Amino acid sequence: MITLYLLLFWTFFQIGLFGFGGGYAMVSMIQGEVVTHYHWMTMGQFTDILAISQMTPGPIGINTATYVGYTSLTNAGYAWYWGVLGSTIATFAVVLPSFILMLIISRFLMAYKNHPTVEHVFSWLRPAVIGLLAAAALCLMTKENFSTPAICPWQFWCSVGIFLFALVSLIVYKMKPIPLILLCGLVGLVLF
Amino acid sequence: MWELFTNFFRIGLFTIGGGYAMIPLIESTVVDEKRWIEREELLDLIAVAQSCPGIFAINIGIFIGYKLRGVKGALVTTLATALPSFIIILTIALCFNQFRDNPYVEKIFRGIRPAVVALIAAPVFKMGKMAQISWTNVWIPIVATLLIWLLGVSPIYVILLAGISGYIYGQVREGKL
Repeated sequence: MITLYLLLFWTFFQIGLFGFGGGYAMVSMIQGEVVTHYHWMTMGQFTDILAISQMTPGPIGINTATYVGYTSLTNAGYAWYWGVLGSTIATFAVVLPSFILMLIISRFLMAYKNHPTVEHVFSWLRPAVIGLLAAAALCLMTKENFSTPAICPWQFWCSVGIFLFALVSLIVYKMKPIPLILLCGLVGLVLF
Repeated sequence: MWELFTNFFRIGLFTIGGGYAMIPLIESTVVDEKRWIEREELLDLIAVAQSCPGIFAINIGIFIGYKLRGVKGALVTTLATALPSFIIILTIALCFNQFRDNPYVEKIFRGIRPAVVALIAAPVFKMGKMAQISWTNVWIPIVATLLIWLLGVSPIYVILLAGISGYIYGQVREGKL
């Protein structure tokens, strides 16, 4: 159990340290470590966390860290109070690097913001962050989230429809995430 | 100090759907109501908080807390911004795992999951503009995507690689290498 706590701390410390580009880019990292690398939870459970994070207030990075900290412990068979400790550790770990860095950066970065070296580094970081976002979306297109034409054609094609509808509503009609999620939940209740 | 706490607690409580959605709330609180910082200063701060690792809302809180009350102020704003989500998510986690297998909850989440994938996919198109993607650098996000999606490379290494490449590129451009 101690190992799991240490791994949680180390993983979320790294995510906080390298989490450039805001919540969604961090989601990609958390997914990579928590689901693909350590198998602390399934892709389906991870997607549920994202849904909950979208519906509840608070930064998505904090929400995900809190949830993963709890669920990774309970999935491993430990009682809920050990899960609470896991949440605390993961949340503390994800905030710690920003805290240290922002204190230093608050002092120095303002002065060097327009320095060419800093600008060059960011001119490569920003496009890479877009790639992170795209990869996170592609990695979520699994049979757990969409089913497959072979297993259940009805659920598969409905899921594809919901996905396309949601994408168009967000990009073209600038629909807000919360009403969209509530609507799609309702659609799920009717269709499945 | 207490004012810092309550105001950032409120910001943490009403941030729904990620960092950019909270800029208007931060602006009205720290610039218009409390006059803790100037509007121009907030714009610079947003640029810095975006280019720094970590959680956008927390980063902004740390800066303002530090500016007003030093390290203690930064501690207070960090705690205040993180606390609402921590409490809410923990409460949900404690209950959700029990009714997750309920057939109606399962149906609702079958509808929600594809929408969540769309929520993650949509910023790719929106942020593409902000990142100034053009024909000369469009290969960077494509390579990053393929590395993570097909080869299973950890996004952490992709970010490190991009940062180091940008640094080397800058040095070459300036003729230092």
